[in-house]
Amino acid sequence: MYFDFTDYSTDTIFDPHNRPIRLPMPTVPLLIGSASGFSGDRTDAAGPVVDTLIARGAPATLMYETLAERTLALAQLERERNPQGGFDPQLDELVGPVLERCLRHNISIVGNFGAANPLGAAERLRDLAAEQGITDTRIAVIHGDDLSGPAYRALLRDSIGPDFDKLDVVSANAYLGAEEIANALLGGAQIVVAGRVADPSLAVGPAMAHFGWRADDWQRLGQATMAGHLLECGAQVTGGYFADPGYKDVPDLHNVGFPIAEIDAGGDCIITKADATGGCVNARTVKEQLLYEVHDPARYLTPDVIADISHAHVTDLGGNRVALTGVTGHARPDQLKVNICYRGGWLAQAEISYAGTRAEGRARLAADLIRKRLGADIPVRIDLIGALSIFGDDAGELLHGTPPGEGRDIRLRVACSHHGKQQAERVLREVMALYTCGPAGGGGVRTDLKPRLNLVSCFVPRSAIRSGWTMLCAKRSS
Amino acid sequence: MSEPIPLYRLAHGRAGDKGNRSNLSVIAYRPQDYELLVAQVTEDAVRSWFGHRHPSRVERHLLPNLHAMNFVLDDVLDGGVNGSLNLDAHGKALSFWLLDMPITLPPDVPEAGDKR
Repeated sequence: MYFDFTDYSTDTIFDPHNRPIRLPMPTVPLLIGSASGFSGDRTDAAGPVVDTLIARGAPATLMYETLAERTLALAQLERERNPQGGFDPQLDELVGPVLERCLRHNISIVGNFGAANPLGAAERLRDLAAEQGITDTRIAVIHGDDLSGPAYRALLRDSIGPDFDKLDVVSANAYLGAEEIANALLGGAQIVVAGRVADPSLAVGPAMAHFGWRADDWQRLGQATMAGHLLECGAQVTGGYFADPGYKDVPDLHNVGFPIAEIDAGGDCIITKADATGGCVNARTVKEQLLYEVHDPARYLTPDVIADISHAHVTDLGGNRVALTGVTGHARPDQLKVNICYRGGWLAQAEISYAGTRAEGRARLAADLIRKRLGADIPVRIDLIGALSIFGDDAGELLHGTPPGEGRDIRLRVACSHHGKQQAERVLREVMALYTCGPAGGGGVRTDLKPRLNLVSCFVPRSAIRSGWTMLCAKRSS
Repeated sequence: MSEPIPLYRLAHGRAGDKGNRSNLSVIAYRPQDYELLVAQVTEDAVRSWFGHRHPSRVERHLLPNLHAMNFVLDDVLDGGVNGSLNLDAHGKALSFWLLDMPITLPPDVPEAGDKR
């Protein structure tokens, strides 16, 4: 189905070369389906979403969010090992099953699966499309987020201060917004590959392009941002990460469907989900996700806008359809957020189990002797998994204040973060030695040592970032 | 005065994290219980309930349209995914810590406490 041009707007928009152009603004809603909510999400999620988008026959975009805060640093390390890599390692599995159907049905694909190598991801998608019999796919690459090069050191140092010089930087990326995505789509892209962009911008960009919204239409950008926010974590709005048996029951969670937002020309949205899937969309699932990772509800900051949900309404329409209305927006921040990942020493973790009578007492004795052996130079965190672990604090304040219980199946966990590899390894050896030197009956030791990646965030002036997009050239025949 | 009941009988919620900051939503199952939650799940009450995590700041935002509150707790994640040695460095489980908080039901609201 083509756009239903029943209404014409006089708003001016700009083409990729900043020339004003006039387009009739469609009033039919834009459907945006979510195919992934984090790096490592299910690869079978996209299929039912795309089936549903095709069945609706309306203009549609498929959105992939695959970048957690640290994912980009890992991708950067991968690219150092393999210059062709550094994009999402699951790209084929995520996009492959739906690529041909999306291209044939004019469903655009927008994703941040480019990670540390958007161009590499774009080239892989071009080849993947060719393998599926489609050539000349128009794939746009967003650039400008990567600030890891020497040209940006002064900028980052200005923002962070002299401490920046002490950091062993692995990656530095600015959060880009929706404008480049919108411009790439207006420029004819069928697929837009980005690295670091703000998660909601993956939905805002397609909405701007579809409806012809200006980049300073704060009201609508605020609304679309919250639609994107509801989509960005995939199943977290459709019953995933929600079920609590007896209190919040979710049907067929094993087959939870991923969300689809219907964004209308005014910017409001209805959240629903893929047909013939499990899960549910109701006022409760939507409210939990609406507030997820929000601080001040009147000021949800993205590169595009400051969205305001302080007067938002969530209305359950029944049939797994929920309307979000009342969202507003204010002028976007002048600065862009930058995440810097740097090497942070070593993380050592070791575990041993005690079971049966007086198990907790034996585990506590083991913890005590580990601390005595390691001394103050190697501080550790101790968990008694099965009695008290993740509610506790690193200093062990809650654990110390909790009287010994009668736990009969306890896993002792010892964790340490240290700049010295030798000290970190020492923690592992001490737990291993509990086999013969510790309390009775300990078993199942597992140890793990890995380099740590730490993160620091800062802000840089928007004008310091040179972002843009380019269309990937067709592959030359060889 | 009746026996206190845990908050989870009246509300649900989810934890989110950014850096060393956690946000915890508290959403009333039933609109009529919202005012009771506003009266009892205060910034001070939450600060003391999370005492062992030593929040440097607790801020509550009210969303009456949603019958919800959003709590922002600073410096409760032992450094967050950076520095924390917690298996749950994101503090994903902290929503369930909050939902264990005791709530005292007024005697004139006998039907309160029905989660549905």
